[in-house]
This record gives sequence, C-alpha cells and structure tokens, in this order.
Amino acid sequence: MSALYILIIASLFVAIGFLGAFIWSVRKGHFDDDYTPSIRILLDDTDTKP
Amino acid sequence: MKPGENNILEKEIHEKHTCYHCGEECKDDVIQFDEHEFCCDGCSVVYDLLKENNLCRYYTIDGAQGLSPDESYFPGKYDYLDLPEVADKLLEFTDGKLSRINWLVPKMHCSSCIWLLEQLNRLNPAIRSSVVNFPEKKVRITYDSQQIKLSELATLITRIGYEPYISLNDVEGKQIKKWNRTRLYKIGISGFAFGNIMMLSFPEYFHLGESRSDENLGYLFSVLNLVLSLPVFFYCAADFFKSAWSALKGKYLNIDAPIALALLCVFLTSLYQIISQTGPGYFDSLAGAVFFMLIGRYFQDKTYAGISFDRDYKSYFPVAVTVIKNGIENRVPITELQPGEQMLVRNQELIPADAVLLSPRALIDYSFVSGESEPVERKKGDTIYAGGKQTGLSVELEVLRRVSQSYLTQLWNNDTFSREKENQDQTLAARINKFFSMIVLGIAVITFLTWFFILKNPETAFNAFTTCLLVACPCALLLSSTFTNGNLLSLFGKHRFYPKNAHAIERLSKIDTVVFDKTGTITQINDAEVEFIGETLTVEELIMIKTLASQSSHPLSRMLVKELDHVNTSKRILTAFVESEGLGMRALWGKVEVKLGSAKWVQSANLLEKSDNASHVYVSIDATIRGYFTLKSKYRPELNDTVSRLQNSGFDTYLLSGDKPTDKQLLTPVFGAESNLLFEQKPEEKLRFIKHLQLHDHKNVLMIGDGLNDAGALRQSDVGLAVSDDINNFSPACDAIIEGNQLVRLPAFISLAKSGQSIIKLSFGISLFYNILGLTFAVSGKLSPVIAAILMPVSSITIVLFTTVASNLAAKKWLKS
Repeated sequence: MSALYILIIASLFVAIGFLGAFIWSVRKGHFDDDYTPSIRILLDDTDTKP
Repeated sequence: MKPGENNILEKEIHEKHTCYHCGEECKDDVIQFDEHEFCCDGCSVVYDLLKENNLCRYYTIDGAQGLSPDESYFPGKYDYLDLPEVADKLLEFTDGKLSRINWLVPKMHCSSCIWLLEQLNRLNPAIRSSVVNFPEKKVRITYDSQQIKLSELATLITRIGYEPYISLNDVEGKQIKKWNRTRLYKIGISGFAFGNIMMLSFPEYFHLGESRSDENLGYLFSVLNLVLSLPVFFYCAADFFKSAWSALKGKYLNIDAPIALALLCVFLTSLYQIISQTGPGYFDSLAGAVFFMLIGRYFQDKTYAGISFDRDYKSYFPVAVTVIKNGIENRVPITELQPGEQMLVRNQELIPADAVLLSPRALIDYSFVSGESEPVERKKGDTIYAGGKQTGLSVELEVLRRVSQSYLTQLWNNDTFSREKENQDQTLAARINKFFSMIVLGIAVITFLTWFFILKNPETAFNAFTTCLLVACPCALLLSSTFTNGNLLSLFGKHRFYPKNAHAIERLSKIDTVVFDKTGTITQINDAEVEFIGETLTVEELIMIKTLASQSSHPLSRMLVKELDHVNTSKRILTAFVESEGLGMRALWGKVEVKLGSAKWVQSANLLEKSDNASHVYVSIDATIRGYFTLKSKYRPELNDTVSRLQNSGFDTYLLSGDKPTDKQLLTPVFGAESNLLFEQKPEEKLRFIKHLQLHDHKNVLMIGDGLNDAGALRQSDVGLAVSDDINNFSPACDAIIEGNQLVRLPAFISLAKSGQSIIKLSFGISLFYNILGLTFAVSGKLSPVIAAILMPVSSITIVLFTTVASNLAAKKWLKS
C-alpha cells in the first residue's frame, strides 16, 4: 500500500504540470482570439521580395 | 422604373465591367490599368501600391474583396496623432524607439484583409510586425517610432483602404477591457481541483479502507482534499463572496448571497470533520459546484467582441478639428477647442461644438441628431448646433461653447444616462431565489432545532443543517438561467440579432409596447423610390442628367445618381456649371442647357410645385421642361409585415419621428390610429414620451432607433434596440443591435425570449426535484458524501442538457423562416 503514497504525489505533480501549462497558455494570450489563427494557418507563407 | 425607359436601354448593349480591386461593378468610367479594370482612381491606386510591393497575392485569397480608400481623407487628417498628449493615450507601449498600437479597423471583413494587414511590414520596413485579431477587428502594430510617425502609419493603412477608427473615447483614455483572463484561470483551477478531489474521494465512495494502513492513507487523502480546495474556496469562489458581501452591505439579498452562505457552511463543516477526523468532508461537492457555476457565468457573459453597446456621443465625434489661427491651419484635439476659435469643417465632417457660421452659406445634415432627413440651409451669422454634418464645400465657423457644454452633449447629462438598467434583483432567477432561499433556510433551521432539542443529537444537528444548505444550494437555479441565456445569446447572434447580455433577453421577454423611430430605422437611408413622370427620356438625356446630378452632393442628387446607376456618366465636361443651394443646378452640355431642380428653378409656369409627400426634381433640357422625378423615402419592404405581426401578437405600436409629418397618411394605416404617430419630436421629447408610457401606462417599452437623436429614448426604454445595416458601423448606446434586414424577425425574437423564460422555470422545476430528493437525505442526517457527490454533478448536467436542448428546439420553432 505504501507505493500509493508515491503514486498519488506523482500523479498530483503531473496534474499540476498540466494546470501550469494551461495558465501559461492563457497568460500568453492563446485564448484571446480563437478565430484569426484558424484563418492564418491557411494563408501560405509569402514569397520574399524580389 | 417605367417600361418605356427599359426599352431604350435594351437597345444599347452594356458590357459589364467589374473592378479588379473591390469586385464591384464599374458604374462610371472604366479605368484600364495594368491589364485590369478598375471602378475608380482609389481602387487603382491601392492596386498600384500593392503591386509595387509585390502584394498581389491579396487578390488570390478571397477574390476581389478590396476596399476603396476613404474619400473623405485629406492630407493632414491624422496630424493630431503626433501630438504627444494624444499619442500617449493611444499607444499601448513605447520606449522611445519601438512603439505598439492596437487599432480598431472596422472595415476588415475577410481573410484577404487579415493577410494584407499582417504584411504591413512589406509596405514600410519601419513597421516591425502587425497582428490581427479578427473577432475584435483590431490590428496590433509594432513599429519603429524613430522611422515612422503615428500619423504616417495611420495614413498608410488608410491609403490601402483600412481606415483606423479613432474616437474621442480612446483619446480620453476610457477603455473597457472586454476580455477577462482571470475568469479562465478560475475555471482552470477549479476544474483541476474538482477532478483531483473526486479522484481522491473515490475510496470513500466505495467504503474501501477498513484496515489500519488504509486509514492512514484515507487521512492523507482528506488532507490533500483540504489543500486542493483552498484555492477553490479563496480564489475561484471569491466573486460570489464579494458580490454577496456588497449586497448585504446594501441591505438586500442577491442570488449570490445564499450561494456564498452554502459554500461557507460546507467549507467549515468539512474543515471540522477533517480536523476532528470524524468524516471525509464535502470538498468534492464544493469544488464541483464552484466549477459548474463558473462555467455557467462564463457562457452567459460571453460578449460579442467587436460590437460595442456602450457608445455615447464621444464615439461619434472626431478626435481633432482644423483650427485656423492667423491664417495657418492646425489640427487640434476637440477637447482643447476654446470659445472664440475659428474652425474649418470639411465636407461630411461633423461639427463638434456649437458655433456661429462665418462662411456665407452651409448645408447642414442633422439627420443623425434630429432625424430630419433633409439637410437644412444656414446663412452667415446663424448658430449651428453640434452634431450636424456639413455637406458640400468646407465652411468656417467660430466656436461658441466648449464641446462638453454644447447643446447635444447636454442630453447625456439627463438622469436617464446615469441610471443603471441592470439590476440583479430584477431577474427571474433572483426573484425565484428569494422564496427558494427562505424555504431552504427555514427547513434547515427546523431540522437543526428538531435534532438538537427533540432528538438530543447535537452532532447530527450540525451535520444535517449544513448538508441541507449544500444540497439545496441555489447553484442549480443559477445554472438554469446562465446556460439558457448564454445559449439564447449565441442563437440570436446567429440570426444577426445581438442582445447586450442576459438581462436584455429577460427584459425583452416582458415587452408589450414597441416604439419605432422613422429615419434610418424604418426607412432606408440614401435610398428612395424614384419615378420619372413626363416624356420618355433618351439614353443621351439620361446620361446628361446623371452627369449633372453627380456634380452635386445634395441628397436628392445622390439618390438620383444611385437610381440611374445603369447609365454611364460621360467624360464630356459640363461647362458653365452653376449650383444654387436649395433651388437646383444647371450646366451646358455642348451647347444644350441642362437644368435640374425645383419647379421654380426650371421656370415652370404651368407646372405648380406639387405639395404631396414626395420631393420633386424637375428636368429641363434646352429650355423645355421634360418632366420631373419624384423621390419618396423608401420604407423597409418588411415594415408592413413586421408591424402587423406585432399588432396581431398584442403589442402596441408607436412611431416616434424627428422628421416632418410628410408621410403621415401613408403610415397611419400601418400603425393603426393616427394618435400612435408622433412627428417633429426632439430627442428630449422622445425620452419623455417613453417615460410617460412606462410610468403612466405601466408599459414595458421596446424602442427601436438608429441615431443619436434616439439615444435618450433608447436609454430610457426597457429595451433599446439599435438598427444598423452594418453591425460594425456605429450605433448609439443600446441593449441590443439588430441588422436592418432581420427586423422582420422581431416578433419571433420576442417569442424566443419568452420561451427562454419558460425554459428557466421548467429547469428550475427539475432542480427542485433533485433538491427535494437531496433534502430528504439531509433532513434525516443521512446525506453521505457519496450521495452528495452523485446528486451534485448529475443535477448540474441534467440542467445543462435540458436548457441547451430546449432552447435549441425553441429557436427552431420560432426562427424557422
């Protein structure tokens, strides 16, 4: 049963990691605009100036 | 159009030319440039600019979707942006070298726009990057402020057709941050805590853990649950406590008060159970309740980015105006405009302050302020009130009063504008909640007293009391209204009807009186029914008339030009052009004299000026009168249908117009009685009329308007609905915005709002069922955490499902075309 102590702690850290990733992405503004990036990805990279 | 004219037109075969840049049909001269056709110089200039910078991909993304550059642009228009006090307010960031600005560009509309606006650095290397936020219609530009001035940047994007919208509000620095990231943090954290607490509580649900080592493990789990619930209780749920506290301080109960009480009780009981090791606590239910409620609020408060509902006069006013001092023109922010200064107002510019006219003559279009559809003529020395638009040549004016003290801005000092319409107490959920909370609190208290004094079991008494509050927590009630209204908001949005928030939907469901404005609301601006009466005109004569009419900026001339858009204008130059304001104009076409204007102007002796509802434009060619055009304001085609549907559904309908009663006879049958039609109403009178309906007749009034002249009435009414043919255009402060062609659906929208209220009531019934079930457990002191943990999410999920399905079905029923 003592293995559970380690497993629980480990699983919590994994979960906290994902929460951290979520908070990071909100802070970086990934959720500010949920429309434009979907269009932007369809526009090809532009050819450079001749 | 008369059949005779069509026959003539058929003889000439018109080749259709479409503009390579904007995709519109070329109506006048076709400009050939670089093997492409363009409708105007503006379009070809933009094309040239794009081609020079190798940006022609623009045309291959979404086809010809370009924009003609703003015609009202003139050199120096954006000079005021270089004033440090203006730039400071507008810039998001600057360190003297790099600067960043976030501009609203209402004209962006397609993926080509996104592409072009993100390629600005290729037009000018001083621009480091530009990023578009399409839903908000904003472009964030980072640029080197040592190489390009802010005014040059504005000029650059205006030149490619994307004029930035800069209003006085931006300059005064009152910016409302719409997007609130804190909410997402809270949802994320409570969701994380909810999931983990659930997982750690599982052994408890299945009564695992009877042995000694399991007991230790169980204790660890409880402590972890406590730790996980701390951020939920202190951070995620903070808004509920804050709102409940401020309500209590104001000595009333809002919907958050019982929620806060329940959360507090559950938290304290669970804390006690864990410290005293008497039980596992109810942290799972606590975190779950907070998580679901936050999601509900998020749904309901999701706003339409890019649409603004809170505009006042400041949004319409220009930021700067040209001031002439010692013969030198200077752009000055209008807030610094002093009485006695001389300003220059160009064609289509708004007059920002009350002023005296110095130029000999001005033609002022007050349609936006008063609803009058025809411009009024003012002579030298007349006082001109703020809000009018000059049409025609530039005029000089002397400022009488500062902008903030002008006649128009006085309207905003009315009490109506400081009154808050959104009152938490007035919502359906809040009213039901009042009874509900009383009953639950009563049951909890009785249960407590029974256990404590009659059954002499203090521990169960406390437990039963808190679990009563927990299961009967009005969060289900909150969920039913937030999810129903949230879903309705997006359903309305799909049909281009945009209520401001859930409160507006609820008020809409109670409407019993509908008041319409005339100009711009039920009529279509700059559109008229034109008919020619007289001898049939030849194509050449039509060309003459159109060419002459296109010289003038008078609204009647414009309508005429629009009506004759199938006719080409000629490059032949008219000579001896004379325009007499208020009368007409004349010019020589070769050697033939062409006259357009009033009966007096064409010297019609036998044709008297007609005095019916329409405006007349007489045509005289070579000194013979050929006939006249009648121009009638054109009503929205769906007007009759909409009003009669509303009347059949039992609504009272009124018309409230600032215009002259010219169309009274025409509109009386539509609105029923003549007493329902009010003309020549000033903005304050409109406001007073609505107030009278509300206070004297106890009506719930829906006001439909479009201009600043309706602003007071829109604000006073229970629901102020602004009509706009382009929702990204600017409409006055209101509770909802509707696209002009959707007005016919108004009765359906009101019905759907009503259905929404029934759905909330029904889902409240469902949650009542769960509550009674939970309360029977709680009262008997047998509500184990596992029952609470099952009841909580199940009731939440049923309610979310029910409201979503039911509101979608209701939308299908009412909005099926």
